[in-house]
Amino acid sequence: MAVSAGASAPGEDTFPKILLRNAEVFGTRTAFREKDLGIWQSWTWAGVLEEIRAFSIGLQDLGLGPGDKIAIVGANRPRLYWAMVAAQAIGAVPVPVYSDSVAEEMAFVLGHAEVRFAVVEDQEQVDKLLSMEDEVPSLTEIIFDETRGLSGYDEAHLHDYQKVQERGRALLSEKPSRAADWQAGFADAKGSDLAVMLYTSGTTGRPKGVMLSFDNLIISARNGNAFDHLDETEEVLAYLPMAWIGDHVFSLAQAFTAGYCVNCPESMDTIDTDRLEIAPSYFFAPPRVYENLLTRIMVRMEDAGPFKKKMFDYFMEVARRSGEKILNGESVSFKDRLLYAIGDFCVYGPLKNRMGLTRLKVGYTAGEAIGPEIFRFFRSLGLNLKQLYGQTEASVYITLQPDGEIFGDTVGKPAPDVELKIAESGEVMYRSPGVFVGYFKNDEATAETKTPDGWVHTGDAGIIADNGHLKIIDRAKDVGKLTDGSLFPPKYIENKLKFFPNVKEAVAFGHERDRVGVFINIDLTAVGSWAERNNVNYASYQELAAHPDVYRMIEGHVDQVNRDLSEEPMMAGAQVRRFLVLHKELDADDGELTRTQKVRRSFIAERYAPLIEALYDGSTSKHVRTEVTYEDGRKGAIEATVEIRDMPLHVAGEGLQEAAE
Amino acid sequence: MNAFAIETDPAPSDQTVIVERDLLLSVDNVSLAFGGVKAITDISFNIEKGEIRAIIGPNGAGKTSMLNVINGFYHPQEGTITWQGKVRRKMKPYEAASQGIARTFQNVALFTGMTTLDNIMSGRSLKMHRNFFWQLLWRGPAEREEIEHRRKVEDIIDFLEIQAIRKTPVGKLPYGLQKRVELGRALAMEPELLLLDEPMAGMNLEEKEDMSRFILDVNREFGTTIALIEHDMGVVMDLSDRVVVLDYGKKIADGPPEEVQASQDVIDAYLGVSH
Repeated sequence: MAVSAGASAPGEDTFPKILLRNAEVFGTRTAFREKDLGIWQSWTWAGVLEEIRAFSIGLQDLGLGPGDKIAIVGANRPRLYWAMVAAQAIGAVPVPVYSDSVAEEMAFVLGHAEVRFAVVEDQEQVDKLLSMEDEVPSLTEIIFDETRGLSGYDEAHLHDYQKVQERGRALLSEKPSRAADWQAGFADAKGSDLAVMLYTSGTTGRPKGVMLSFDNLIISARNGNAFDHLDETEEVLAYLPMAWIGDHVFSLAQAFTAGYCVNCPESMDTIDTDRLEIAPSYFFAPPRVYENLLTRIMVRMEDAGPFKKKMFDYFMEVARRSGEKILNGESVSFKDRLLYAIGDFCVYGPLKNRMGLTRLKVGYTAGEAIGPEIFRFFRSLGLNLKQLYGQTEASVYITLQPDGEIFGDTVGKPAPDVELKIAESGEVMYRSPGVFVGYFKNDEATAETKTPDGWVHTGDAGIIADNGHLKIIDRAKDVGKLTDGSLFPPKYIENKLKFFPNVKEAVAFGHERDRVGVFINIDLTAVGSWAERNNVNYASYQELAAHPDVYRMIEGHVDQVNRDLSEEPMMAGAQVRRFLVLHKELDADDGELTRTQKVRRSFIAERYAPLIEALYDGSTSKHVRTEVTYEDGRKGAIEATVEIRDMPLHVAGEGLQEAAE
Repeated sequence: MNAFAIETDPAPSDQTVIVERDLLLSVDNVSLAFGGVKAITDISFNIEKGEIRAIIGPNGAGKTSMLNVINGFYHPQEGTITWQGKVRRKMKPYEAASQGIARTFQNVALFTGMTTLDNIMSGRSLKMHRNFFWQLLWRGPAEREEIEHRRKVEDIIDFLEIQAIRKTPVGKLPYGLQKRVELGRALAMEPELLLLDEPMAGMNLEEKEDMSRFILDVNREFGTTIALIEHDMGVVMDLSDRVVVLDYGKKIADGPPEEVQASQDVIDAYLGVSH
């Protein structure tokens, strides 16, 4: 690898030690900011050292000791980040928890982790923890940050963060040598020590506690910093859940190792304004954040005056033509460069300013596939938006898109120090210094995920393209085979379909069958407005879904997807042969989607068995009756005759022949 | 594990502990008439320091008139109002306001073109002491004073969790939030007594829950005494310490919620028995 941070120096192999270094090297630089009472309050690295030291000694005084687990529950606040490092200085292990998870799930995590202490944000979290005394018998002390509403609570086991810190300060001033003792306490801590435990959200089964060592986090963070040339001048906005590995690495590990500033928003609702004020230079967001930004711009442009609208459309076309090329450093004609410069002044600059991305050096998106148009829109504005592929078990980084090598359908090249391979089964596997120590109290799962020589199963199926970039296809367990042996990646096909705004959901079938069939759910908003513009009359969702014009439009989308698939060597066999447009919207109330809006494939297969049968028996229409649940719990039934269409196949590209040889 | 055996609801319940609270306001034999229409007839009740007092009754029972008498907007023809131990003379509304009574209105009465921040800031105007010329100069003391007031206003914004709409013109906000801003403006006066005229009117369930939470928090955190008119009986019964029931300008019941709820007169008034 070109850039690699290598092993940590002995003086900088844990976060408390790095804190001492930062206080010395970057003493007067701003380390944390939080907007409170409408004003950005800030702390320098020297100030942060003082805050953490006082709190840490206060914790020690309350009885927190080496090896104890301490839960961190709440939204992104400097004090909660400090609490993690304060605990690490004593040798305790922080366990950040998703603050919005339901009490039952939180109780499982806290009980499983055997937490003794908890540092929480406010009364809501205190109440939640108090309700779990039976499930979490190990929990003895709760420390809260926000005092509001807690004045009437019994004080014995509840502590105000401020008071704990004041106690620490009092002990420090009583005995000045205490500071040196505190430092000596973690002087011989090692990089291989346990740094943090993060519970994976666990779409299947109970959450698992991923144990990460200081080495895991610090080496990965340094590699990440080196890869994107991040230094102490960066500004980031900490707004994603603290229990998520991404936030832990971006807002703590990378911030400490690079020495950059972490900004905590005023509240979850003010993030847009706060981003505008901070203008982060390093920004991470899941695709939906970028989608929302784009939608908002488009909606506002629809309302703009004709001159502005014209200007916007003209220069967006210029950006589409040359924006990405300029960003990638490719050659662009002088005229286009000039136009782009004018566009930057008139349109792109103000737009970036509106989104709070003016100072953006590197932006990442991950978690799920981002729509190619959205991705291209941001890049054409000159924003260096990239994709990465990561996991909690890897301390985030598995692959990253290097500058200038951005392809919408791949997630990039292996990150520094990461070895990547594709297993026999098609599953992506990696080995790196960031690879986790193991799952807490779950050796069986550890052995299943991590091989004895350090390779980790990602659970995702993927391929490494000719240019060395990784392409993720689907969850490994979901990837099936057609009867002719070709690969069938349902989610890959569904995502391609869902990138069309008119398609809300798609469910692909084909595992152990002779061809691929697809259910399609139209998007009522998008198709409805299309219908309005094209004088298509309809009275209900059902009628719109069955409309011949709608079928014709969807047929066009499916054909486009087939063409795309035919161009990919391994996917040509998975082209959609037959499709139908469902007569009702898939709904979580009917159990067809999970509460997080993910398709429940097996349930749908069972519920719509007659339709699936019709997909494969060659019939062109099928009458079905489906039971539905209304919002108030009443049940009813929808009857419809659903049409099924055949699709022509595209001839596979040359790639397939090569693969076959 | 009894480590957590703590009382999560610190409010002393009325049944077990009888707390003698100081009287904040006392209404004695008050009558109010507009020409020949008698809005209020011979009503007596009191408001104790620190309590949440509800005034309920069917439409046209005289609730809003009662509130207007309490805050000094109307002066009763008969009877006396005793505010903090002193019998009140006739006064202008701004005098009433400077006495420490703040109110919100049945229909939101905000400056719709101004931002949330400015609306709440306007609640501080009675507490601005620098005169016009200092304000005009806006240096030294006047500037310091404004900063101090702004801080107070920011505390309220934080308390009501409306940071996200700080700079939004109030007219653009949904109704539920406007109500919250109005509460904020009333709180900015740091009142002894807060009068809320149908704080939940026109709200959906979620907004009502939020508003109830804020009313309880205002009462507990700031110790503000609250008198409220409300039609949602569930809200009234949950929130208030004592309830007074009016019907056709007369008081028909007065006491703790459960007692009032059981009263036959109240049931009749609400079900509409012929008079």
